[in-house]
Amino acid sequence: MQRFINDPNLVVEDTVKGFVKAHSDIVRLAENPRVIVAKDAPFAGKVGVVTGGGSGHEPAFIGYTGKNMLDAVAVGELFSSPTAKSFYDAIREANGGKGVVVLYGNYAGDNMNVKMAMKLAAKEGIEVVTVVANDDVCSAPPEEREKRRGVAGEIFMWKMGGAKAATGASLEEVRATAQKAIDNCRSIGVGLGPCTLPAVGHPNFQIEPGTMEVGIGHHGEPGVRVEKLKTADEVAKDMVKIVLDDHNLPEGAEVAVLVSGLGATPLNELYILNDTIESEISARGLKIVKTWIGNYFTSLEMVGATLTVMALDEDLKPLLDVETRCTIIL
Amino acid sequence: MQTFDNASSGAIVLSMAERIVENRAYLSEIDGKIGDGDHGVNMAKGFGMAAERLKGKDAPLAESLDTLGTVLMTEIGGSMGPLYGVMFTEFAETIEGVEAIDAATYSKMLHAGLAGIQSIGSAKVGDKTLIDTLVPAIKAFDKAAAEGKSFSDALEALVAAAEAGRDSTINLVAKIGRASRLGERSLGVLDAGATSCAIILKELSDGARARLT
Repeated sequence: MQRFINDPNLVVEDTVKGFVKAHSDIVRLAENPRVIVAKDAPFAGKVGVVTGGGSGHEPAFIGYTGKNMLDAVAVGELFSSPTAKSFYDAIREANGGKGVVVLYGNYAGDNMNVKMAMKLAAKEGIEVVTVVANDDVCSAPPEEREKRRGVAGEIFMWKMGGAKAATGASLEEVRATAQKAIDNCRSIGVGLGPCTLPAVGHPNFQIEPGTMEVGIGHHGEPGVRVEKLKTADEVAKDMVKIVLDDHNLPEGAEVAVLVSGLGATPLNELYILNDTIESEISARGLKIVKTWIGNYFTSLEMVGATLTVMALDEDLKPLLDVETRCTIIL
Repeated sequence: MQTFDNASSGAIVLSMAERIVENRAYLSEIDGKIGDGDHGVNMAKGFGMAAERLKGKDAPLAESLDTLGTVLMTEIGGSMGPLYGVMFTEFAETIEGVEAIDAATYSKMLHAGLAGIQSIGSAKVGDKTLIDTLVPAIKAFDKAAAEGKSFSDALEALVAAAEAGRDSTINLVAKIGRASRLGERSLGVLDAGATSCAIILKELSDGARARLT
């Protein structure tokens, strides 16, 4: 595959440089070049909202930095957790004196680096709490939900947490809202083609032509089954079924929907999927309040899509409408 | 009683870095079978960076290990950055200020490194991680020392057990980290972390053995 890169070992550095140049009205680079900060952060009297993760998922994670969203984001190597120091520096940049909540995904490296960053922050007297996203239905059975990975549901977690923090809520209130948002999220990924880390040079997993992998993870973690590629209608029905069977929502429940491409799937195909996704969700008696479609959380040039459904309540629903200013329209 | 000199043994870390950089492609290749294939790349980057900072400084072993641990922790990230970072900084702290390192100090150093790793990670023996190399290696060293064997013989036992531990991961199902998502499909492949840990322990212990007086 042909790509726009300079040095395969400097992909992240070059990405960050271009990103900061494009969006200097919204973000700034911290002293640590692996930390992106909302332009005017920290905000005195507001709970700081931080995330971080491996690169290669753009616009996640950096693209969600901005007003009423994330105050600071730690940037890792491609598909690899940021360092403890970067998480710590992000925490410092976001700290407006009211404590900081770190909202991140359930991966071994992130868990360790955030834990170490919290130790460093504690020494500085910064109060830090965390919420760990685990919305990927196929990564573990329901009784082991704590083992599930975090995927595109993280965007809802950031949006709800960021909006709650913007209301002037306390650290505990922001944490509780972000926790509820991710508890109310279920996601599924379907992969049609693999992706390649430039420094490695070949795909690190294969999806045979004519097949698809249902339940694939954000780094190509294997799904629950590999099967013959079906029509978009059938795939969408399967995705909705997997998500909602796990969700078990009462009839009449209101939901927000996110359909994201994994990097190399054209937007029009996401709309084709959504045609059936919308009908299937509605047929189950659920009310879709808002739908987001686009490349919101990618995996380099993986071919495929994810579906995330978040159940709303009277606390979460109004937060959907809190205005944000980041590089992505939310 | 056999000992080796802290002040003149910093070069052990340089040769450790050389071995890791040499094995860049190999470590990434085995990682690519069940992980995402960047283990060699990230390890070589961290160890290479540490070697750059240490070259020509003739630093003592304690300082060299501290530099390596700090670089891994602050520059590498992922899972291996914090795990090896904490291991090497714990190694460094234990031998800091010790002039002549004997078997008891060496054992204490290994245990401190293991405790550091266990304070941030939750892997146990059998989970198909670097713990499968490290724990049996320490046990073999302690056992040999308790049986009255020389420091040199105990180091040899350590290296053999580390390599056996590494090889044991072929028949293990990954229980933790990215490979764990593969379940049974992770069988039949070496764990990349267990493999790099065996390289590290061999280089460290062979280096110590060659310097015993």
